[in-house]
Amino acid sequence: MILFDSVTKLYPNQARPALEDASLEIEKGEFVFLVGPSGSGKSTFLRLVLREERPTSGNVWVLGKDLMRLSNWKIPALRREIGTVFQDFRLLPNKTVFENVAFALEVIGKPKSHIRKVVPEVLEVVGLEGKEDRRPDELSGGEQQRVAIARAFVNRPKLLIADEPTGNLDPGTSVGIMKLLDRINRLGTTVVMSTHDAQIVDQMRRRVIELEHGHVVRDQSRGVYGYAR
Amino acid sequence: MRAQFVASEVGNGLKRNLTMTLAVIITVAVSLTLFGVSLLVRSQVDTMKDFWYDKVEVSIFLCAKGSDTPSCVGGEVTRAQRDQIRADLESLRPLVSEIYYESRTEAFARFQEQFANSPIVDSVSENALPESFRVKLSDPTQYDVVASAFAGRPGIEQVNDQRQVLDKFFRLLGGLQAVALIIAIVMLVVTVLLIVNTMRVAAFSRRRETGIMRLVGASNLYIQLPFLLEAAVSAGIGALLAVGGLVLAKSIVIDQVLAPSFQFTAFVGWDAVFAIAPLLLIVGIGLSGIAAFFTLRKYLRV
Repeated sequence: MILFDSVTKLYPNQARPALEDASLEIEKGEFVFLVGPSGSGKSTFLRLVLREERPTSGNVWVLGKDLMRLSNWKIPALRREIGTVFQDFRLLPNKTVFENVAFALEVIGKPKSHIRKVVPEVLEVVGLEGKEDRRPDELSGGEQQRVAIARAFVNRPKLLIADEPTGNLDPGTSVGIMKLLDRINRLGTTVVMSTHDAQIVDQMRRRVIELEHGHVVRDQSRGVYGYAR
Repeated sequence: MRAQFVASEVGNGLKRNLTMTLAVIITVAVSLTLFGVSLLVRSQVDTMKDFWYDKVEVSIFLCAKGSDTPSCVGGEVTRAQRDQIRADLESLRPLVSEIYYESRTEAFARFQEQFANSPIVDSVSENALPESFRVKLSDPTQYDVVASAFAGRPGIEQVNDQRQVLDKFFRLLGGLQAVALIIAIVMLVVTVLLIVNTMRVAAFSRRRETGIMRLVGASNLYIQLPFLLEAAVSAGIGALLAVGGLVLAKSIVIDQVLAPSFQFTAFVGWDAVFAIAPLLLIVGIGLSGIAAFFTLRKYLRV
């Protein structure tokens, strides 16, 4: 699903690489936590998976594609198979819940009939049935994140990238979001989630990859958050 | 590709950015009008050249009584000299296509006609005007051949090429046209910069949408097309206005103001306007397309 082969990423005008000689493999169907302090390379890792950045050296394989050899015009096709969720939700404030999810389908040219069919389905999966016509500012943070997850999942991607999805939510709401991500994972989507939330990691007992100064310092199946204790 | 989605994006974009859209339309209209006018002046010069070069002639003025040019020290031109000049002109055929002798009386009559409304007529007597040969050349650029053959010969006061007078006038028009063209080009550059900036603002104000589009895997075309079309639409409107300006210039300035007051010369016809109009549309839309394309490559990369 994801394979990093001694990947180093050095941003221009920076002395220290954001990611250095990182090698790891994530299998199909896994649920992986990416932990580590700010600046440890988590975001760079996710950006490399999404091919928003190219590694300075090493090889990145995602969904069977060699991203070093992937030509620019094929990037959209790659991203259609990857759902993404962020800490700040990234919803369009002037669109309703339905329209926000539909937008992701419209811009990849899906027909209206298809949109009318799948958007209600995915809204039911994330537990937002009946809130189709609300605007993001009428929703709680947890509900907004559910909209974002619905948008990421509406294409049934093989891979879901979540960059601190609970970072803006209170613990109770976070649990709900984690249950949703867990459910999506059980539906067959590989989930990679970066987080600072020790409680969540400790409760879920899934694979934990810890980064520090751009190095993979721990890779544990059924791990805990770790470094804070 | 869903046309309806793209069309509504373009409409929203233009409305959201109304002031910038208007600025683009106006600068495109003004710069292209100027560009069109400079092209029109150029074809006006061509029209006038065609019109006048057919009519220009070389005048060989013969010595009159009291001429003080060195070649006229022998006094008034003699019959023998005049006949010799005519014979020499005949020998220059086919370069010389027409020869016409204008006597002093004819010259005076023409002078009176030309300056009918001027007080100068009363102060000039028939004797002050020289007799002359009027010569038409089959190739007006070969004037030097005639000039070198006749200038300075006894009995000839002066050899005069009307073409040279016209050329001065055409050079003036050509200079005006060049100035208009330079201003037009500078304006077009300014227009491109304005479009670039407008695109940048538009890309920035829609960075949320375009960011999401990139993340969910929208193709570059889908992300950039609304911006490209916006630029093309506003530039197209500007170009249409410029075409309108050109049509007004032709129908009002040329046909109603200039043509009635300068009836002795020909003016550009509608064919010139119709030749320039599509060019303005192409240049306008092309420029905006190029400006937008490079802006978008920079600000809306995948």
